[in-house]
Amino acid sequence: MQTLRKIFLLGLLASSMFSLAGCSLIQPVQPWEKGNLAKPEMTIQGNDPLGAKFAEHIYYSREASTGGSGVGGGGCGCN
Amino acid sequence: MKTTHRLKTLGFVLGAFLLATGLPAAAVEQGSPAPEFDVAGQTTNVKLNAYQGKLVYLDFWASWCGPCKKSFPWMNDMQKRYGAQGLQVVAVNLDAKKTDALEFLSIVPVGFTIGFDPAGAVARSYGVKGMPSSVLIAPDGRVIAMHEGFNDADRAELENRIRGNLKLVRQ
Repeated sequence: MQTLRKIFLLGLLASSMFSLAGCSLIQPVQPWEKGNLAKPEMTIQGNDPLGAKFAEHIYYSREASTGGSGVGGGGCGCN
Repeated sequence: MKTTHRLKTLGFVLGAFLLATGLPAAAVEQGSPAPEFDVAGQTTNVKLNAYQGKLVYLDFWASWCGPCKKSFPWMNDMQKRYGAQGLQVVAVNLDAKKTDALEFLSIVPVGFTIGFDPAGAVARSYGVKGMPSSVLIAPDGRVIAMHEGFNDADRAELENRIRGNLKLVRQ
């Protein structure tokens, strides 16, 4: 019984090791690779700055607060 | 006993896996020699050691990066004003598609050296963390300073740094 449990635990560890190693294949996106993320259509409001301004204005007046909607650029650290 | 040993071995293997896969990107440090590079340019290849004896302002940019575009007139200005005193502006493009860069260059006038690094190998060797990034390199090839980003407030600081280090160039 005990041996069976040990085998099970070892198997669990081995499988988690290999699944974790799989994650490591995902390399972090480098700052110079964020060209597509920096496109205006990648923002929440899409490529419609005027519409976004309008929606924001309504939202702020309703919520009596400002800021906190979206970020400029794709996180390239350049905006 | 045997199981603990096996577990230990497994732990080692797991540790080795994590170490091998989580290697940090190389970054340059102040005072260390600037990594050499040899990339395609607009006409001939651009090599860093070709500018030995000059104060090199090395810039990393991409066509989609707004602040990079903003820095171009400033870099033109720097090259024009301090070029005779030994400054050389070298701007390495990091667009994955070279056509994007060429399109940008057909619109924006450029009075300095441009290099193309679509694979990002040079950026990797310098450990670029943001766009644009610039590195000021002394005439002997050492890194004087690194700078990330470009905004109006940076102009004076960067220009002062260039001006303060022009004396390193042997007249």
